[in-house]
Amino acid sequence: MKTQFIISIKIFAVLTVLCGVIYPLLITGIAQTVFPEKANGSLITVNNKIIGSELIGQKFDSVSYFQSRPSAVDYNPLPSGGSNFGPTSEKLKEQTSERVKQWIKSNLGISAEKIPAEMLFASGSGLDPHISPEAALLQVDRITKARTLSSEQKQQLVDLIGVVTEQPQFSFLGEARVNVLMLNLALDKQFKNN
Amino acid sequence: MTASDFLQITLYFTLLIVLTPVLGGYMYKVFTGEKHLMTFVLGKPEKLIYKLSGIHPDEETNWKTYTWGLLLFNLIGMVFLFVLQIIQAQLPLNPAHLPNVSWHSALNTAISFMTNTNWQGYAGETTLSYLVQMLGLTVQNFVSAATGIAVLLALVRGLSRKSASTLGNFWTDLTRSTLYVLLPMSIVFAVILAGEGVIQNFHPYQAVHTLQGTEQVIPMGPAASQIAIKQLGTNGGGFFNTNSAHPFENPTPLTNFLEMLAILLIPAALTYTYGKMVGSLRQGWTIFMVMLILLISGLAIALYGEYSANPIFSQSHLMEGKETRFGITNSVLWSTVTTAASNGSVNAMHDSLSPLAGMVALINMLLGEVIFGGVGAGLYGMMVFVILTVFIAGLMVGRTPELLGKKIGAFEVQMAIIANLSTSLVILVFTAWASVSSYGLSSLNNTGAHGFSEILYAYTSAAGNNGSAFAGLNANTLFYNLTLSFSLLVGRFGVIIPMLAIAGSMARKNITPESAGTFRTDNWVFGGLLIAVILIVGGLTYFPALSLGPVVEHLLMIK
Repeated sequence: MKTQFIISIKIFAVLTVLCGVIYPLLITGIAQTVFPEKANGSLITVNNKIIGSELIGQKFDSVSYFQSRPSAVDYNPLPSGGSNFGPTSEKLKEQTSERVKQWIKSNLGISAEKIPAEMLFASGSGLDPHISPEAALLQVDRITKARTLSSEQKQQLVDLIGVVTEQPQFSFLGEARVNVLMLNLALDKQFKNN
Repeated sequence: MTASDFLQITLYFTLLIVLTPVLGGYMYKVFTGEKHLMTFVLGKPEKLIYKLSGIHPDEETNWKTYTWGLLLFNLIGMVFLFVLQIIQAQLPLNPAHLPNVSWHSALNTAISFMTNTNWQGYAGETTLSYLVQMLGLTVQNFVSAATGIAVLLALVRGLSRKSASTLGNFWTDLTRSTLYVLLPMSIVFAVILAGEGVIQNFHPYQAVHTLQGTEQVIPMGPAASQIAIKQLGTNGGGFFNTNSAHPFENPTPLTNFLEMLAILLIPAALTYTYGKMVGSLRQGWTIFMVMLILLISGLAIALYGEYSANPIFSQSHLMEGKETRFGITNSVLWSTVTTAASNGSVNAMHDSLSPLAGMVALINMLLGEVIFGGVGAGLYGMMVFVILTVFIAGLMVGRTPELLGKKIGAFEVQMAIIANLSTSLVILVFTAWASVSSYGLSSLNNTGAHGFSEILYAYTSAAGNNGSAFAGLNANTLFYNLTLSFSLLVGRFGVIIPMLAIAGSMARKNITPESAGTFRTDNWVFGGLLIAVILIVGGLTYFPALSLGPVVEHLLMIK
C-alpha cells in the first residue's frame, strides 16, 4: 500500500508535467508558428481595429444588414449557450411564432413556409456565424430597399452572396453556408455610400 | 436526406472499420511490449518516466495490488484537480480573473473528470482559468482514459492466462497507454484542429466593437490541445460551455467529421486488440459487429425521428440547438455516436432533439455504455454482458458456461450482476428522488414529460460516465452536484472493481481445451444472443422510466 501510494504521487506528478505542461505548450508552439491567425481566434481587423472573429457570430438585426440567426444568449459569448427548449416546448412555440411575424413584417412578400428553419430556431452555441444561402437571398429585397440600391446594384448584391457562400467542404461534408459577418463586411465595402 | 448525407455516414463507418485493425494491431504491440515504430522515438522517455516514478515495469502484481494502485492514483488526481479549482484565483494563467469555484461544483467536476465522464455543471469560459483547464482537466482527460485501458488489459490478461496469479503492472499499462497511444494521436489531432481554426493561445479575452456597434468579449485559451484528447479519450468535457457546438471548438465540417471519428476510434480498435490478445481475431470481430449493429440501428431510429415533421411547428425540421454548418444529419450522427461511446461531447443541444433521437441517446447510455463505449470501459462493460450471455446460454442448453476455455463460476456471475445493478440502482433511485422533491424540480427548464427526461438523462449520463446533458437542467446546485457526484463514482468504480475481481479469479483458472461440446463465442449465434441479452436487460430495467419520458413526449407530439 505504502509503496503504491508513493508511486501514485510520483507518476501523477510526472504525467501532469507531460500532459498538462509539455503537451499544451508544444501544441501552442506549433500552432503559433504555423497558423498564428487561426490559433489566435481568426480575428478580423478593419482600419486597425479588431471588429470580431470570423468564427464567432455577431448580432445583426438592422434592416440594412443581412440578419443572423436568433440566439439564446443574444450573441454574448460569455458564456455560449442554446435555449435547451424541448421539441414540445410551449415557450419555443411562442418564440418561433413571434419570429415568423417579425420576418414577414420586415421581409415583405415572403410566406411563413418559405422562411428557412435556421432563421426561426436558435443555434446550439448561440454564436453560429452562418446562415444558409437561401436565408441570405431572401433578405436581398429588404436590403435593396433599405439601402436604396438600383436594380443593377441589386444583382451585384446577389452575386456577392454567391462569392461569400462556402460550399460543403470537399463538396460533401457539412452544409452550404454563408458567414453573416463576412457578408456584411463585403456589403459595407461594396456599397459604401448607400 | 440527400445523397451527400448518406455519403458522409457511409464514409464515417467505412473509415471506422478500416482503421480498427490498423490501430488495434498497433495497440497490441504496445501493450504486449513488442517492438514497434514508436519504441525508437519514445523508448527513452518511457524509461525516464519509470525511473522518475520508481516503477519496475516488468514486475507483475495480483489483482488486489493492481486495483489499489488504480484507486490511489485516481484519488490523488481527483484531490489535485479539486484543490486547483478552489484556489484558482490565487494562481497564475487566469487573465479573465475568474473567482474560486464553489466547493461542491469543484468536487463534482473533479470526480467527473477523474471518472472519464466529464459531466459539466459549469460553463468553461466563465468558470475555469487556463491553468485549471490545462494542468487539471487536460491531465485527467489523458489519465482517466489510460485508466480505462488498463482495466481492460488486466481483464484480458485474466481471460487469456492459464493458472496465473498476476494481471500485469498498472503503472506500466498506464504509462504505455498515455505515452504511446493517447499522446501521439492527440498531438497530430490537435495540430489539425488548430489548422482549421480551433484556438490555441494564452491571450486575455478579446473585447471587440462589432460591425453593428455592440460590445462583444471573445474568450481565448489553449483549447485545441484539450479538445483533441477530449474526443480521443472518450472524455467529452468541452473547453467552452456549448462543447463542440461552439465555433472555436469545432469550426468546420472537417473538424466535425474528424472529431466524430475520434470518438469511436480507440474503443473500436480495442476490440481488435482484444481479439489478438486472446489469440482469436474472430472473438474481437464478433464483439465489434454486435456493437456496430446496435449503433447503426440506433442511428436509423434517431435520423427517422429528427427528419420526421414535428406537428407542433409548421417547419419540416427543427434547427433549434443545431448549427448551420453541421445541419441535421451531422448533428444526429454525433448525438448517437457520442452517447454510444461514453464520450458525451455534443455538437448540438440534446435537450432540443426530437423525442426519438433523444431517446436513442438515452438508451445508448442506459444499456451500460457498451456500444463501443468508453476507452477501455466500453469493452470491459461489454464483457459483463458476454459473461451473462454465456451463463444464460449455458443454463438454456445445460452446459457448464465457459468463456475462452475458462469455466464461469458463481463468483464471476455475481460480480457481473453487481457491476450491472450498481449503475441501474443509482439511475432509478436518484431520478425518482429528484422527480418528487422541490430541490430536484426547481432546476428544470422544461415541464411535463420532457422535464422528467431532463432528470433521467442527467443521472443516466453520470452513472454511465457519459457526460452529455439535456442541458436545460440547471445541475450546478448543491443537490445535483452531490447526487451526481455519487452516481459518477458508483458508475465508474462499481464496474471497475468487480471487473478486476473477475480478472483475478479468471486468471487463476485452467484452460480446458476446446471440444465439440464447447459453446462458441465467436459466431453469429452468439452475437445474436448477446444483442438479445443486452436489449432485454436494458429494456426490462428501464422501460418504465423511458415510457414516462421520451415515449410519452413522442405520443403527445404526434397527437
